[in-house]
Amino acid sequence: MPFSINTVHALVLRYLYLYTRHPVRLVELVFWPLVDLLVWGFLTTYLQRHGAGDFPSSISFLIGGMILWDVLFRSQQGVAISFLEDVWTRNLLNVFVAPVRTAEYVGATCVVGLLRVGVTLVILTLVAALAYQFHLTSLGLGLLPFLGNLILFGWFLGMISTALIMRYGQAAESLAWAIPFFIQPLAAVFYPVSVLPSWLQPIALTLPCTPIFEGMRTVLSGHPVPWANVQSALVLNLVWGTLAALFFAANLRYVRKSGLLVKVATQ
Amino acid sequence: MPGTTPILEADRLVKTFGTSTALDGLSFTLAESESLGLLGVNGAGKTTAMNLLLGLTTPTSGTIRIFGLDLWKHRIEILRQVNFSSAYTALPSNLLVWQNLNVFAKLYGVARPKQRIEELLELLDITHLRKSVTGTLSAGESTRVNLAKALLNKPRLLLLDEPTASLDPDIADRVRKLLRKLQHENGLSILYTSHNMRDIHEVCDRLIFLHGGKVLAEGTPDHIAEKFNRSSLEDLFIGVARGEVDAIGLK
Ligand SMILES: Nc1ncnc2c1ncn2[C@@H]1O[C@H](COP(=O)(O)OP(=O)(O)OP(=O)(O)O)[C@@H](O)[C@H]1O
Ligand SMILES: [Mg+2]
Repeated sequence: MPFSINTVHALVLRYLYLYTRHPVRLVELVFWPLVDLLVWGFLTTYLQRHGAGDFPSSISFLIGGMILWDVLFRSQQGVAISFLEDVWTRNLLNVFVAPVRTAEYVGATCVVGLLRVGVTLVILTLVAALAYQFHLTSLGLGLLPFLGNLILFGWFLGMISTALIMRYGQAAESLAWAIPFFIQPLAAVFYPVSVLPSWLQPIALTLPCTPIFEGMRTVLSGHPVPWANVQSALVLNLVWGTLAALFFAANLRYVRKSGLLVKVATQ
Repeated sequence: MPGTTPILEADRLVKTFGTSTALDGLSFTLAESESLGLLGVNGAGKTTAMNLLLGLTTPTSGTIRIFGLDLWKHRIEILRQVNFSSAYTALPSNLLVWQNLNVFAKLYGVARPKQRIEELLELLDITHLRKSVTGTLSAGESTRVNLAKALLNKPRLLLLDEPTASLDPDIADRVRKLLRKLQHENGLSILYTSHNMRDIHEVCDRLIFLHGGKVLAEGTPDHIAEKFNRSSLEDLFIGVARGEVDAIGLK
């Protein structure tokens, strides 16, 4: 499929203008993750003081889980909120009547997701290291493939959120924030899959992020990077990516047919 | 000289939404350097037709060819040379005017964006708004910024849905003259909707009077009113709206 980097660049430029003109928009990228980090950080400090046995490693489980979860969440948010930004400002029709391919539009929202992840990640990494002596680099060689898979899955969840908002209108806007949390209980962010009731475990294992969070705990417990987990995450991402793209395309077709595209763009 | 292939050919366009029919077999062509007005009461199907022509909505049946190409097979290629402005879209309110225009100049692959933007700001008499926040503009100012966006890529085909809705008489007059000028000098083809009969008279070479998604009449503004024994377009319009003309028209 033809794909123009210039078009993606132009679309991303719009968000760069937005964030540089309104730095206050970056606050959410700093504020919420920091609050989360403080809560989980102090909780684990408390557990460490009052717990017994090998609590020190679980400190890093919780903080690591929180940071990696935020990577997934910010990536999804970048995609969904970029789309919403166009809806809120009634700009969507201008973009859709411009020579912009769907893949370029989605691609630009993914780049925005990546930028948002970057900002949050830098801040969380620094604060976690300074306040709780948690070093993200202790994930070693696993770090990049872990992050990569979470960012990919975030993009795909973002595409699904966007498709749903297109279809169900602004009433469905809260999905942009809710969708990641639908899956969080199953994603084994803070506890292993084995904790889940046995009938839920197979469902949990269909999520590309589950083997990543499991893998993170493996590495933090001092074991080598479980490459098999990275591999299953990649395969699952491939499946989710394909399904998300098909779902997005089907919804776009539907909203073009029903006139809902124009409606969501002009309401 | 206008080419032989029409710029735009709509062939038996039908659009239904559930059980209601918004367009019921609309066919027309638009020649190079021609300006065609779509006229009709609220709900006649004007905006629906525009949305189909822009690829925002897919037709239930019928085909659209622009520059001789099938819209759905060559959408991107076609959209590069088309543009659109309406009363119900806006550029992002939280950016500066020049930032918005710059983004769209890049989206349309405009060669020298800065120069083109300055040119258009001047043409529309809004140079002083270059650094204004788009969301703080008055309705008429933002209409002109939207028009600047619509002219960025020097389109061959311009679709305008009630573009002068919020302009004061002076600015509206200037915009009409500008459109006329672009039409004659650059061979721009325009599809235009408006509820302002003055607009229609001054901008449109030819008119299609839509009613219930069907073409009620087609011709020059004067010819259409005459055909229905009405003293003016406005008079005809009121006649259609009140159901006095419908029967004669459909005969
Ligand atoms: N998405 C949609 N779903 C259902 N009905 C629709 C939709 N879009 C348009 N319609 C209906 O199609 C008909 C034509 O509407 P359209 O907006 O094309 O009218 P119009 O001629 O532009 O009117 P106006 O002068 O008020 O702008 C109307 O009856 C409208 O209710
Ligand atoms: Mg309309």
